[in-house]
Amino acid sequence: MSPRKIVLRFGPEISDKPIIYRLVKDYDLVMNIVKANVNPQKEGIMVLELTGDNYEQGLKYLREQGVTVQALTHEVVRNEQRCTMCGACTAICPTGALYLDRPGMEVHFDGDNCVICQLCVKACPVRAMEVKL
Amino acid sequence: MSEKTYQEINARIRSGKAVVVTAEEFINIVREKGLTHASREVDVVTTGTFAPMCSSGAFLNFGHPAPRIKMHRVWLNNVPAYTGIAAVDAYIGATELPEDDPLNSNHPGEFRYGGGHVIEDLVAGRPVRLKAVGYGTDCYPRREIETTITIHDLNEAILFNPRNAYQNYNCAVNLSNRTIYTYMGILKPNLGNAHYSTSGQLSPLLKDPHFKTIGIGTRIFLGGGIGYVAWHGTQHFPAIQTDASGKELGPAGGTLAVIGDLKQMSPRWLMGTSYLGYGATLSVGIGVPIPILNEEIARYAAATDADLYAPIVDYGEAYPNRKPGNLGYVSYAQLKSGKIMVQGKEVPTAPLSSYPRAREIASILKEWIQKGEFFLSEPVQLLPSPADGLTGKVLKG
Ligand code: SF4
Ligand code: SF4
Repeated sequence: MSPRKIVLRFGPEISDKPIIYRLVKDYDLVMNIVKANVNPQKEGIMVLELTGDNYEQGLKYLREQGVTVQALTHEVVRNEQRCTMCGACTAICPTGALYLDRPGMEVHFDGDNCVICQLCVKACPVRAMEVKL
Repeated sequence: MSEKTYQEINARIRSGKAVVVTAEEFINIVREKGLTHASREVDVVTTGTFAPMCSSGAFLNFGHPAPRIKMHRVWLNNVPAYTGIAAVDAYIGATELPEDDPLNSNHPGEFRYGGGHVIEDLVAGRPVRLKAVGYGTDCYPRREIETTITIHDLNEAILFNPRNAYQNYNCAVNLSNRTIYTYMGILKPNLGNAHYSTSGQLSPLLKDPHFKTIGIGTRIFLGGGIGYVAWHGTQHFPAIQTDASGKELGPAGGTLAVIGDLKQMSPRWLMGTSYLGYGATLSVGIGVPIPILNEEIARYAAATDADLYAPIVDYGEAYPNRKPGNLGYVSYAQLKSGKIMVQGKEVPTAPLSSYPRAREIASILKEWIQKGEFFLSEPVQLLPSPADGLTGKVLKG
């Protein structure tokens, strides 16, 4: 079976638990961590490539622990024409993929740091952040 | 003290000799050469701001169809416009929403399309669906019409915004333990973030705290075209903020009512805007030229991000319940650094107002003046200043 890409989101109350350790040990899954990030509010986000016979059971375990699991089948892009460089998305983006370049205050988007949480899609007042399937 | 007049400055613009600089450039000139020198050398300082400004809208005249109709109800792309004026006139307000919008019934609502978006579609020349119904009169017998229009089909399209260009604004935080969805953006619980919304040292009314130059008839950059200050804006309560020791922390409270020909404007500077969980509005670009008539005006125009402050306000509890007071003041220099301290906690900051766009507006206005395409107008009457002591009323009920 080929590896599948998923996005995991951890709330602050569980981000210090050894969940990934248990996922590997108890479910015998092979994983490749594509991206991982914990923001100052202690919310964690992780993008994983996951393979193994117990894949479905593993996801069930994650959900039971309160982790949000989503398949990674799309990407978030910025409509450069529409972005006004206001910055409203920058304190919302948990990974710093959208960030302000000081002192000019231009807003940059680094797709490599994006974990597709889509918070910016909702927070952007002019709908410049778009989800591409 | 040397004084200049509007006439002298306009004569210099006409002869191509006027010295026009943006507010950012002016700050540097004052730093290098001193205030006295800068105020003599520079004729005009240009400012700019680009941010959501709710109290915006446009008067439209559709022209009469045959047979004629007295439009009693009007919808533009399904968004109702106000028709309690003349037979084929309407006012479309930036925050109006389609009648079938789910609003906040599935909180937080998305508010993807509203009056501000209709204005953006119009100004961009995109076709807009017009629907109107009338009750039928002897002179205006028609009862309904449904058609597609563009801005070119209208007799007049006049942007008229009763309250824009807020002099200063709160720095919004959230002390509660839930995420809140406000007109200051998404505020995360327990001081998760802080949002502010002015362009600080580039912002028009922060640079003329006592309204010594801005008044009725002041010619401005409005939405990419030329507009005018029509009056003071609604909720115009200018004041100079001070801390407990009496130190001045810059002005707050002034607003402008502005007017201009929508047909001259551009969708780059008038953009439909949505706030999750709050509503729809319009982002507006405004630039105001400040004539450097004397050294006092120069001193105000030279204020930097470090001299201008915003009050920190809790939108979780204090703001919605109208509890007075604030959590202290922060300078725009601190806000722009990316983090501030609130109640001993380091809080990341983000703006809602675009600094790069504010800078662009100040540069465009500078260019217009340098090219002799834009002259300064002397106000017919200045606006109420902090000395007038205007304050807001509380609605009882
Ligand atoms: S989806 Fe948006 S908010 Fe989430 S990580 Fe990507 S850029 Fe940041
Ligand atoms: S909130 Fe939207 S418009 Fe503002 S900087 Fe972010 S992507 Fe650009």
